[in-house]
Amino acid sequence: MRRLQDRLGSVGIHAILLSWTLLALFPLALIVLNSFKTRKAIFGDPLGLPTGKALSLKGYESVMTNSDFPMFFGNSLIVTCVSLFFILLFGAMAAHAVSEYRFKGNTFISIYLILGIMVPIRLGTVALLNLIVDLGLANTLTALILVYTAQGLPIAIFIFSEFLRSVSREIKDSARIDGLSEYRIFFEVVIPLVRPVIATVAVFSMIPIWNDLWFPLILSPGEDTRTVTLGVQQFIGQYTVQWGSVLAALSVAILPVLIMYVIFSRQLIRGITSGAVKG
Amino acid sequence: MSQSAPSTRAPRAGRRWYILVFLAPATLIYTVFAIYPIFESLRLSLYSAEENQAVFVGLANYAKLLGEPYWADQFWNAFNNNVVLFLLHMLIQNPIALALAALLSIPTLKGAATYRTIFFLPTLLSVVVVGFIWQLILSPLWGVTPDAMKALGIGDLFRPWLGLESSALVTVTLISIWQYVGIPLMLFYAALLNVPEETIEAARIDGLNGWWIFWKVKLPLILPTLGLVAILTYIGNFTASFDIIYSLQGGMAGPNFSTDVMGTFLFRSFFGFQAQLGDEYMGATVASALFFIILVGVGCYLFGVQRRLQRYDS
Repeated sequence: MRRLQDRLGSVGIHAILLSWTLLALFPLALIVLNSFKTRKAIFGDPLGLPTGKALSLKGYESVMTNSDFPMFFGNSLIVTCVSLFFILLFGAMAAHAVSEYRFKGNTFISIYLILGIMVPIRLGTVALLNLIVDLGLANTLTALILVYTAQGLPIAIFIFSEFLRSVSREIKDSARIDGLSEYRIFFEVVIPLVRPVIATVAVFSMIPIWNDLWFPLILSPGEDTRTVTLGVQQFIGQYTVQWGSVLAALSVAILPVLIMYVIFSRQLIRGITSGAVKG
Repeated sequence: MSQSAPSTRAPRAGRRWYILVFLAPATLIYTVFAIYPIFESLRLSLYSAEENQAVFVGLANYAKLLGEPYWADQFWNAFNNNVVLFLLHMLIQNPIALALAALLSIPTLKGAATYRTIFFLPTLLSVVVVGFIWQLILSPLWGVTPDAMKALGIGDLFRPWLGLESSALVTVTLISIWQYVGIPLMLFYAALLNVPEETIEAARIDGLNGWWIFWKVKLPLILPTLGLVAILTYIGNFTASFDIIYSLQGGMAGPNFSTDVMGTFLFRSFFGFQAQLGDEYMGATVASALFFIILVGVGCYLFGVQRRLQRYDS
């Protein structure tokens, strides 16, 4: 009897989980499938598969040839990767300093550096735009990189320092006895130590950067510095009539994220759920 | 926050330049591009432009924001919409996230890894993409939703929800929930996995079934995460909601400002729209008002919710 109850319960649980799976995937599948279809098929049979007569790559052709999508992609990639590199490196350095050494003002600087988790940088947009213009960085990728680095540092420092405080000091101390300089200790001992949380920090920093609309719109809306997110937004605005192109543009924006996610999802989710972010 | 205080390990105290070297890059970038602009914006909110010169006007901008009908109407409309947005996320998104996380954390569940991978997927996508996908799906032009509803025999109930003043805000909120349910889901999931196995086992020996173990044992233990999710929802609601509104409904937050939030309001006051010219000082004022709103929320969280939760926890 009890086993039957368990089995019924498990069917119910899977039914709930499968419904949400469907809800999460259906919109994406619909867009990607229709992006491979002719205009007639898109409207005539939205749920049909892109086979035979319905198959068309015209949307992709126009996106790749008549637009600057490849460049937008490059921009997003540069901005995300460079920001991420700085966030990880500078974040780990600062976290190492506050968690390892005792010095005057340690508590103050630790709190100061993580304040930004609670106070979104967007609130300073007005002054930030003035600053970027004064520095001559308007419409540059550098502006975005600096802002995203500043935005990502607090959470990175928080996660790294929480982690480093829980790590045993013995390894570092034995390195000191071996006569390693503090810099070498950081690069040769601490960096390998924090490897398990790097994935967590990377995900938390990367998603908001790649998907951000606010700062590209305000700091670098220029033709040459547009990111994918902004590019898609403006492309859609211009081509609402050409559904094939719009669907292709959306798919082009989804696919890289999708592919990366399929490859790295295990590490990403393990990073997020590893307990590095405790409530 | 920390378990053990940092200890002195340096060979020679006093000449520890390396501490400065480690701290300098992060502190510098963060101060110049995050902290300074926020305080500078607060300062700018006390100024106004007169004959192309910044003149100190005290709190006059705030008086204007809350006093002049043109500004006050927009401010309260955006503020109220944000409150609705926040409440809907708290009442719909977070319970769904908690329920899904609870199911996923059942130890005997098969395929948990696949489920959680899929559930987190929409969160990774750009809001612009998500917004447009739903715009197409809900579009009367394409007919995916009307046709589906007709097939279910409820075709008469279809409306262009995003275009109607009465339903636009709720529709946008549901789209946002669809996308972002993954974040609280993962936080809850991580917290549930951290509940010690012995505690659950003890409850099981006491004769509690799965349902009661969740309510009586696990839920109290993950209360701190509930607090964290609440404050993250609050902050995201007042700032990040700009992205989804702007990509779905545009800077005018249509129809007729029914989906206007503080973010879009800030954007319009700063950059202007139609006949209204942008005003950086009013932009700074709106941003500063937003700063204080967020400060109130964070204050409540730090001094109220978190302190009580920690007492509960220990």
